[in-house]
Amino acid sequence: MTTQLEMSDKGATALKEAAPSIQVQPNVSPQAMDGAQALVKRLEMEGVEYIWGLSGGAAIPIFDALVTTGTKIKLVLVRHEQGATHMADGYARATGKPGVVLVTSGPGATNTVTGIMTAHMDSVPMVVITGQTISSMLGKDAFQEADVFGLTMPVVKHSYLVKSSNDIPRIMKEAFHITRTGRPGPVVVDIPKDISSGPCTAELDPPMDLPGYNPEIETDVSSITHIAEALERSKRPVLLAGHGALIANASKELLKLAETLQAPVTSTLLGKGVFPETHPLSLGMLGMHGTAYANKAMVECDLVMSIGSRYDDRIVGQPARFCRNATRIHIDVDPAEIHKMVHVHHHCIGDARVVLDELVKHVGQLDTKEWLAHLDGYKKRFPLKYRKQGGLKMQHVLAELDELTEHKAIISTDVGQHQMWAAQFCLSDSPHTWLSSGGAGTMGYGFPAAMGAAFGCPGEQVWAVVGDGGFQMTMCELATACVHKLPVKVLVLNNHYLGMVRQWQELFFEDRKSGVDLEGNPDFAKLADCFPGAKGFTLKRPADVKKVLKRAMEYNDGPCVINAECVKEDNVYPMIPAGKALEDMILEAPRVRLEKPTGST
Amino acid sequence: MKTNDVHTISLYVANKPGVLARIAQVFSRRGFNIESLVVSPAMDGHYSRMTIAAQGNPDGLEQIIKHTSKLIDVLHCFDHSDENVVSKELALIKIGVDAGMRPEVLQLVEHFGCKVVDFTESSLIIMVTGDTDKLDALIRMLNKFRIIELVRTGRVIMVRGEEVT
Repeated sequence: MTTQLEMSDKGATALKEAAPSIQVQPNVSPQAMDGAQALVKRLEMEGVEYIWGLSGGAAIPIFDALVTTGTKIKLVLVRHEQGATHMADGYARATGKPGVVLVTSGPGATNTVTGIMTAHMDSVPMVVITGQTISSMLGKDAFQEADVFGLTMPVVKHSYLVKSSNDIPRIMKEAFHITRTGRPGPVVVDIPKDISSGPCTAELDPPMDLPGYNPEIETDVSSITHIAEALERSKRPVLLAGHGALIANASKELLKLAETLQAPVTSTLLGKGVFPETHPLSLGMLGMHGTAYANKAMVECDLVMSIGSRYDDRIVGQPARFCRNATRIHIDVDPAEIHKMVHVHHHCIGDARVVLDELVKHVGQLDTKEWLAHLDGYKKRFPLKYRKQGGLKMQHVLAELDELTEHKAIISTDVGQHQMWAAQFCLSDSPHTWLSSGGAGTMGYGFPAAMGAAFGCPGEQVWAVVGDGGFQMTMCELATACVHKLPVKVLVLNNHYLGMVRQWQELFFEDRKSGVDLEGNPDFAKLADCFPGAKGFTLKRPADVKKVLKRAMEYNDGPCVINAECVKEDNVYPMIPAGKALEDMILEAPRVRLEKPTGST
Repeated sequence: MKTNDVHTISLYVANKPGVLARIAQVFSRRGFNIESLVVSPAMDGHYSRMTIAAQGNPDGLEQIIKHTSKLIDVLHCFDHSDENVVSKELALIKIGVDAGMRPEVLQLVEHFGCKVVDFTESSLIIMVTGDTDKLDALIRMLNKFRIIELVRTGRVIMVRGEEVT
């Protein structure tokens, strides 16, 4: 953002001179510290390692405090604020720790809204600090003033407009407490410039004032016994693992439960990795573009138990027909999710790890031999497949990537066809290795999120699987990746189309292409080469897939970009048209024209 | 909650800026209209009491109550519609009347147990308290006169007995 500075700013200058000698201990009332310095001290106390941000006039006192406090927190200067939020998001999903974003007022703050909404939809912990015009100018259309508190209200877990410098330590403590507990979500803290530069004499570890927030839930044991009884009666159960199970770190408990029961496990897009997808009991991802066997299992099961999924429209299709003859169970930390999409017979409110740990004590092995054999039959009859002939297929590149990385790499995706194929072909074996914008479906997410993961997990191999459309939304962050020598491997699956929309237009709109042709794409490999420290690769022939991917894996001095020129028109199957039931799954290209979907997207 | 009746939802919230906007947003995002809303400081001023009357499909309202309860600044949010509550509202009704029609109006005032709080040669302000049905009935009766303006407070409720609202 452009900045416009006031001519004199005596207060800030005076503080700058006073600050470097200050040593602050928690619980000590610090003298001669300004709000911004107290904020930085508070971030240190929260264990913050990185701040992703972009400076601007109203946030200068806070950026200044990053220098004057001599903090060890590393500031990552991004090229666009949206990138900062996705980096914080990727960091949070890969590490489980909240990501922190610092931007200026007005357009600096509004550029974060997409990233905040993305984090909100997927329950990602994030604290976004925005500079604001001085208090006396609030509401007067001051330069770079925007009502950020109001603008972000529908997409945050909570937000603050700070009105006193002495409130900063308490508000920051509350913000981190709120973002990481219960069902996580982003918290926005909007700080007017006079508040960040005004003196702060409050203690740094004050008591919180959150009388309406009680994230600690006592698990109702009687509901667990009801669930255990329902499981005992089941012959064809399916466990449905969602992001909530992953956030709760319940993978060990889930594995134990599934193996004890001998029940198959399917996962949502965001639940990928919470149960190893290479496990014989895994059915892979279910839903609109899920595996045929996962969706068939949902149709035929006599019991479905969601563990931390919100039964969203991507997986239930038509709520009224979803598992309508099965016993439906819901375990969720958020009471508002119960009966929201699907009416359930039993539910338990609580942390997935705590609930599963208790539940496994009440159950034994179920008689599922026949059911598992039946589902194995489906796995053989309806495997995920693609043809290697006829040009370079995205599925082919992704299957090779999966093999070369041995399901161990962190994979971040954008949104669209490549995302669905990556979900199908790149098996996730451990939690926190699959990063994808599920609820929001935010294009441009993949690359910066991968960068955030690379910051948080040094030494891990991180791939950003992106489309040519989404990559162009945030590819300016190549510069940021170069500065920090992040060895992120960007795999651009390039079909010169907004492929998923083109697929819909082909299937439901008589192939009338409208607003999908990405003519004018740059040569992504050449583009990478012009960033210092980045490297570009070109992949055109199916025979070269392994070779090019290996070369990219060997380049670790900075980011690299593989421009994979893929077949232009290919469709993702299986597919359940939006608003249709799981029974209506299409396994391959239909011969007849399909009616327009009743569901939204 | 079974029907599309007007529901009266009682909230106890932290008295902080933005809390009303957050609650209103939970309703508006789902296309619900708030029929009436009463907000006032509760007991010590640290908290506020809100009483919201809203109409709409019961499933939607149930979602709204759950999502409102989730707001950080909301201590609790209950739908008291089916319960044993005292429900009252107040209205001020300004009527244009001359000396000829005045006795009939005053008769109504007496019958409904209202008060006349402003009295001029050509107008009266009537203050009425009671449940919604009583206010509706009075207004229906007064419709034959010239109602200049009408202000209703919206419903406030309190649970009967020792239990808190």
